[in-house]
Parts: sequence; C-alpha cells; structure tokens
Amino acid sequence: MADAVAAVEIRGVTKRFDEVVAVDDVDLTIADGEFFAMLGPSGCGKTTTLRMIAGLEFPTQGSLRIFGEEVGTLPPNKRPVNTVFQNYALFPHMTVLDNVSFGLRMSGVNKTEARQRAGEMIELVQLDGMAARKPNQLSGGQQQRVALARALVNKPKVLLLDEPLGALDLKLRQEMQTELKSLQRELGVSFVFVTHDQEEALTMSDRIAVMDQGKLLQVGSAEDLYARPASRFVADFIGQTNLIEATVADNNTIVLQNGQRLRAPSPHAAGTAVAMSLRPETIQVGARGSVPAVHEATSLEGVISSASYLGHSMVYEVSIDWIDLEVRTPMVLSEERFAPGSEVAVWWDRRSDWLVAE
Amino acid sequence: MSRPAQLRRGPKWLLGANATLVYLFFYAPIALLVLYSFSDDNLVGRWGGFTLDWYRAFGQNDEVQGALSVSIRVAILSTLISVVLGTMAALSLERYRFRGSRIFDALLYLPIIVPDVTMAVMMLLFFTQFLNVLDAVFGIQMTKGFTTVTLSHIAFSISFVSIVVRARLAGMSADLEEAAQDLYASRWQAFRFVTLPLITPGVVGGALLALTLSLDDVVITQFVSGPGSTTLPVYVFGLIRRGVSPLINAVSVIMLAISIVLVVASLVVQRARGGEPA
Ligand SMILES: Nc1ncnc2c1ncn2[C@@H]1O[C@H](COP(=O)(O)OP(=O)(O)OP(=O)(O)O)[C@@H](O)[C@H]1O
Ligand SMILES: [Mg+2]
Repeated sequence: MADAVAAVEIRGVTKRFDEVVAVDDVDLTIADGEFFAMLGPSGCGKTTTLRMIAGLEFPTQGSLRIFGEEVGTLPPNKRPVNTVFQNYALFPHMTVLDNVSFGLRMSGVNKTEARQRAGEMIELVQLDGMAARKPNQLSGGQQQRVALARALVNKPKVLLLDEPLGALDLKLRQEMQTELKSLQRELGVSFVFVTHDQEEALTMSDRIAVMDQGKLLQVGSAEDLYARPASRFVADFIGQTNLIEATVADNNTIVLQNGQRLRAPSPHAAGTAVAMSLRPETIQVGARGSVPAVHEATSLEGVISSASYLGHSMVYEVSIDWIDLEVRTPMVLSEERFAPGSEVAVWWDRRSDWLVAE
Repeated sequence: MSRPAQLRRGPKWLLGANATLVYLFFYAPIALLVLYSFSDDNLVGRWGGFTLDWYRAFGQNDEVQGALSVSIRVAILSTLISVVLGTMAALSLERYRFRGSRIFDALLYLPIIVPDVTMAVMMLLFFTQFLNVLDAVFGIQMTKGFTTVTLSHIAFSISFVSIVVRARLAGMSADLEEAAQDLYASRWQAFRFVTLPLITPGVVGGALLALTLSLDDVVITQFVSGPGSTTLPVYVFGLIRRGVSPLINAVSVIMLAISIVLVVASLVVQRARGGEPA
C-alpha cells in the first residue's frame, strides 16, 4: 500500500434537516493517529459532522468511510468509533465501573474480563478508588475522565470528542488539554475534536478544519491557518487580523481604495478584488519619514486614534483615511511611544502580509 | 420587637385551626366508616356493640367474593396491558417525531378530560355496535362482560400511564440512549439497560395509578359490564340502591385498605428510585 488508509474519509457529504443544510458538500480526510480539530462558530455543523461519523446521524448525500469501509447508514453500534459527549452522557444509574465496562459488555466480553479491563482504564485516567461511585458523586472533571475512559476502553479506531472540555473551568481545562494530548500520543488513536475555542484547537491539534455555515472552508496546520488563511473568514476567525480591501494591479502590486499602491506579490489575476490580511503584531509604527527604505513599498501613513498599554505590549488604533488598523508592538523600553493624535507611519515586512480573494 | 410577633399569633392560630378542620373533614368520615363496620346493628349508622360479623359475612357472601375476584382480575389484566401500551405511547411521543405525532399527542389525553359519564356512554355505544358487527360479520356471539370491562379500563388507563412515564422520560436526556448505542448496544439493549431502568419509577407509578383507577371505577364499568362481570365498586353501588346493610361498611373498609396499600406502595417506589437524577 502506497498510501496508508485514512481513518475517516468524507466525500461530498451533505446533511439536510428539512430546510436547514447543516453540512454542505464536505470533503475531509483524517489520517490514522491524527489529532484533528473542527473549529467554527456556533451552528456551523461541527456536531452534525461528528454525529455522522458516529452513526448517530446519516448523511443525506455523499460517502463516508472509516478505515476504508463505507459506513453510510451503518448504525452506531456497528462502527469502530466511540464518542465523548459534550455533557458526558454518563449512565446515572450505574457505577463508574459499570459505566466504563458497558461497551465491553455490549460487545460480548465476559463480565470478569470487562471489569478487569475497565478497572485498568479507570486507573489510566487516574480515578482509582472511585469505581464504586455513581456519576452524581463525582466532580465535573472526574465525570469528564469517566466519559473518556468509557470510550477509550473499547479501543476505538477513532475517538470523537464534542467540546469535551466546554463545561470545565479554565484551569481544569488546561490540565485536561495536556492530558488528552498525551493520552492520544500514547494510544495512537485518531482523535476528532470539536471545539469553538480556537486557542484549544491551535495548541492541541495536528490539523484543524474551519467550518462556517455547513461548509468546510480550510483544513491545515495551526500555522497554515494563521499565516496562510484561504479566505477572509478564516483570516478573521483565526486570531486577530486587519483586513484591507484592495484590487490586484499586477503580480507584484495591489491598489487600495484610495488609489495608493502597495507592493504585494499575488497569484491572482489583475483586477481581482482581494483583501490583505495584516496581523496586528506584524505591523511596526514610527514617526513619519522614519520608514526604512526596504519597507517603503509596504507602508501607510495615518494618525494614532487610541493607544493602550497592555504591560507586555502597546496596542494602537491607527486611522488611515478610510480604515482603522490595529497595531500591537512589544514593549521595548527604549522605543518611542505615541499619544493619540500623533501623525505616524506604519510599515511591515513584505513577507508578513497575505492576500485572500474569497 | 414583640408587637409583630403578637400580630402573627392571630393568623398562625387560624392556620392551625384550618388545618385541623381540613383533616377532620377528611378523616372523620373514614373513622366513622371503620367504626361502624364493627357495629353489631342492622342499621348502617347505629352503634350496637363490637362485632366482626360483617367481615365474616363479607367472607361468606358469594356475590361479594365474585365481585371482588372480578375486580382484581380486571385490575391486574387492564394494568398489565395499559402499562405496556402506555409506556410505548410515551416512548414514541417523547423520542420520535413522526407525521401526526402532535395530533396523536393531543388525542391521547382526551380520556383524561372527558367526563366519566360521557366516556361510559361512548364505550357502551361502541361495544354495542362492535358486538353487533362481530355477530353479523363473523358470527361470533359475544355479550358485554369481563372483556368489555377490561377493554374500557385499558382505554382510560393508557392516558394516565403515558403521562406519568412521559414525565420521567422528559427528564432523561436522549443523549443517554445515543451513548449506549455508541457503546455497541443495539436499540433493544439500549432500551433494556439504560432507558428502562431510568423510567422504571415512572412505569411502576403508572401501573399503581392504573390499578387504583381500575379498582375504583364505577361509572364506566356499570355501563359496559354484563351479568357475572360486576366489579366490587359496582356491586357496592348496587347494594346502596337495594337498601343499605352494614355489610357495605365492611366492603368499603376493605376497598379503602387496598387503595391505601397501593398509594403507600407507589410513594415508596417513587421515593426509593426517584432520588436518582434522570
Ligand atoms: N436534529 C436537527 N434538526 C434540525 N436542525 C438541526 C438538527 N441538528 C442540527 N440542526 C441544525 O444544523 C445546523 C448545524 O448544527 P450543529 O449542531 O452541527 O452545529 P455546531 O457547529 O455543533 O454548533 P455549536 O457550536 O453551537 O454546537 C444548525 O443550524 C442547527 O440548527
Ligand atoms: Mg455542537
């Protein structure tokens, strides 16, 4: 086999609920052993996509394969995947041990062995001594671990997690992020992780899919998405950015709305409407006339409209004719500070801007 | 400081008196009924010394025994069937959206709001026609009796059972069943190991309600029963019309005792299982 078979392969999948198109013609491949995050605003179809992989929802159209096997309308109990539900969905009438051994029992493992394996998994998620408790006798973080153990004990080929950390407080969430990540590395199982916390997605995942309104906009590593967004939406959604509308003049130049020309290499044809994405931390600010010669073609002049001190950095709003730019400069003591009203120039390295056409 | 406290004494006293009166109003008749069931006098409301004769009569009276046996058989059979049907109705309404489910939902609760007499007349009309059709088309001769009584009890119990079960189901997230299926349970196993244990208090509560309703019903039963299918309440009702004998005191006390046992049992079950969050 030249290519390793994909853990999950989604081809042209659409899911309609009556009028609503929850997932719209999505193509997606998730590799074996990958930590894959799905990110997007509320209602964009993340949960629906996950539920289709789990078999809790069937695609209206398209093909869905798990390790090469078409699973289109296979019921959830016949799929080699397990889910950690957003609200854990622990069985309230069963002990932790019974919760964790449930999947094994249902797949025909005898009671003694199921209990033994469940016990080991309970230890792995550091819940020793809590096996006899009922879920309502556990804290939120502990319930989280039970949900994780209950899914992982079955050795799924793919683990689906729907905002598993959403209900935890910040500190616990960060702890669990680290634990989840190391657990995933240890087990080598593909994790498909839904979140709308982009920081979580950026720090934990090998690759991230960004969705909006049922459409898959871009898939890539954290760096791909941050430095090379494919669309205005992704540029704006991942981190903070300034989007400056422009038109492509030639393959090295764009024209802003006020007619000013900036140097920006572009693969797009002349005349294409584009937006230039400039991250606030890549912009420098200085007195007029102080722009280094190499950055002359990537600079603009404006007036400081607000300045705020954030300890480690200064955040300026620079108003340039028809737009406002946010600029974030690290605090270096020697560097000049500008008060609102100062006439300034801003410039950036020609490698730090990025053009998006969509 | 003391004035408000004094002011409060008035209402407090009133409330206490009110509670006493209410309880008196509830329990005095019961106390009287129990007392006179032991009275050695042929008149219902006169004390003639202590006796167990009426209970003995209850034990020896074949008509009463027959009615009691009909009551119990109807109650058990109608409860079993209405619990199964009512629970299934509750499950389908709470877990699935199907064409016409809203209407089905509304119609299911009709028997609760329709007055007993109306229900009784409807049942009578229905069974009369139904039996005629049965006779005309299939040549089956059937008269009103045990079957029609049981069927009509099932008809009104289903609504109550499904209300109680639904209340329980509504408090139980559908996530749990999905989680079970995600963990390799078939639909049946998900129901058997997750849904059913969690709705059991509702099912048992519904069953006890159905049992009580069946044992208590007079109006509907009277319309649809035939010879040999008289239930105990209908029999008692008949006794009153024929002239009262203290025997009905004893019969009433026994019915009361059965009802109390059922109510207490249902409370105990709800308490014991209801503590778990659904
Ligand atoms: N069972 C359903 N019936 C009808 N519409 C649904 C159903 N499930 C989801 N939808 C719709 O599909 C769209 C996508 O929903 P989905 O739950 O996948 O969003 P999501 O990305 O998980 O959002 P969130 O971040 O808020 O959880 C929404 O518009 C939602 O209203
Ligand atoms: Mg969701």
